[in-house]
Amino acid sequence: MNVNKIITNLISLLLVLPFSLNAVSAFVAKDHPSDDGRAIDLAWNVPDEFTSVTIEKLDSTETWFALTKTASTVSDYVDNDGIEPGLNSQYRLIAKNPANGDSLMLSTQITSRAQWFNYKKSPLLFLLLLLSGAVIYYILSARRGKELFIRRINGLESMDEAVGRATEKGKPILFVPGIGDLDDIQTIAGLTILSQLAYKAATYNADLIVPVSKSMVLSTAREIVKEAYLKAGRPDAFNPDCVFYLTDDQFGYVAGIDGIMVREQPAANFFLGTFYAESLILAETGFGTGAMQTAGTAQPHQLPFFVVTCDYTLIGEELFAASAYLSKEPNQLGSLKGQDFGKLFIVLLIIIGSIMEMSGIHWLKNILMFE
Amino acid sequence: MKRFLPLMVTFFIGIIVISSEFIPHKPFSSINAGLENWFLIISGFAILLGQISLIKVNSNKVYIKAENWQYYLIGLISFGVMVLCGILWGTQDANGILGSHVDLSKWLGSKPFVYLFDNVYQHLSSTMFALLAFFIASAAYRAFIMRSFESNLLMIAAVVVMLGRTTIGTSFTAWLPQGWRFLHLPDVANFVMNYPTNAAQRAIMISAALGIVGSSLRILLGIERSYLGGGD
Repeated sequence: MNVNKIITNLISLLLVLPFSLNAVSAFVAKDHPSDDGRAIDLAWNVPDEFTSVTIEKLDSTETWFALTKTASTVSDYVDNDGIEPGLNSQYRLIAKNPANGDSLMLSTQITSRAQWFNYKKSPLLFLLLLLSGAVIYYILSARRGKELFIRRINGLESMDEAVGRATEKGKPILFVPGIGDLDDIQTIAGLTILSQLAYKAATYNADLIVPVSKSMVLSTAREIVKEAYLKAGRPDAFNPDCVFYLTDDQFGYVAGIDGIMVREQPAANFFLGTFYAESLILAETGFGTGAMQTAGTAQPHQLPFFVVTCDYTLIGEELFAASAYLSKEPNQLGSLKGQDFGKLFIVLLIIIGSIMEMSGIHWLKNILMFE
Repeated sequence: MKRFLPLMVTFFIGIIVISSEFIPHKPFSSINAGLENWFLIISGFAILLGQISLIKVNSNKVYIKAENWQYYLIGLISFGVMVLCGILWGTQDANGILGSHVDLSKWLGSKPFVYLFDNVYQHLSSTMFALLAFFIASAAYRAFIMRSFESNLLMIAAVVVMLGRTTIGTSFTAWLPQGWRFLHLPDVANFVMNYPTNAAQRAIMISAALGIVGSSLRILLGIERSYLGGGD
């Protein structure tokens, strides 16, 4: 029992010793961890008798200038102003006690370095590898011929119905890829659906109208529709002007599409991509024209508007699953199964995290919190 | 080769961008900014394609005297006037080929391009945005028609939130004693917004994020290639 006590005391002493020494007076500069070498951590610990602490830095003209001034004798500061990796930075601490005229000056210097790995993002990398691993595993399973059950997505099943309806009525199909540019994954998801829709439209000889708001989307969408017509064996039916540019402006784009809806009276409208305040203006006008409407976006604030005004709505992940779902290719369906694994993992993580937080155990939350 | 090269470029660029998220060292730390600049440069060239498409489609409609061809003509004229004003007298910060033309600017109060932007374009844009108010009313009416359990629930929640955000709604429950504060309408409205609504929105965002991971992997691995124009 006594031996245990002695060992415990020794360990406590060893742990406390460095801090005790620091408590005398210390001013330390450290390279900020896991960064690109553009920040330096400064920490100081000076006796309580001092009432003001000024941290100064030597600039390129060999002049000292104040970084911060504080009354705190034990504190830290992150200098991320004008730090270059590989360059030496010099700092000094000036602590003063006006009551007795005492002053203290400590100096330090450091050369910051860019790091090769951001350790703060390790949990993110772990999650990314886990989810990617699951997606790749299920893709390989599907390739080996494993049967995968994918739930029915009504919004996507409606595509045949919409094209059929347009064909019967002799009216066009309107496809709106949203106001996002090609650097937005929602726009790309919308365009992959356009590929399938254009193929069906070409097969059933239905007209397609694709007004776009970004020039990059214009060239991509036109190429996608052209390829779909080629694939359907009807290259002659492809009209390059069915994909056209309206304007980059949000409400100008809406005004243009509303005009098309009112004039052309499309039988079916598809709104798939990135939408903001224009979502309801578009969908409500489409509702007014009596068109069958399918919408999909990952913008949570716009989804209620689509749910109210459209016949079918692809919510969040369904927009991204659409291409895989419609293609029915085992490779692509496998990736959907991988996403489902991701959902299961996140749900478990939320449940376990909630229980741990309620029990006062915070390490899971702490390791998952990163900058 | 027509497919192979874009797929390889997509794969390598994708891997580099993902790596740059975890590697703060150069060149990875600056690669994202560089790629964004590339995108902007390519977009700049692509704008020309957009303008050509705009002129071609509208001119064609005017030429064949399509139905409502006058509107397409007005569109073309508006486009031309804005481009000319910008080229001749410049935009807000840049001078045109005729300089800033102080006399004209003094007479209009601003440069012609800025004048048209402020007095025509802005008002038209605001008009379109203002339509949203009426569309919200008609859409809300349809959503709140009580025909199922879900729509009843939606209507009750909406009424509570709307009342909780108004002065009159607050006064309805202001008489409640402190012990019954949880039934105070603003508190109930805040509860609805902070917990059920927030939870649902986060669920959508989490599932969308997983969808993005799946989509990105499909694109990076070359499984999803319809964005290239075709399947094979």
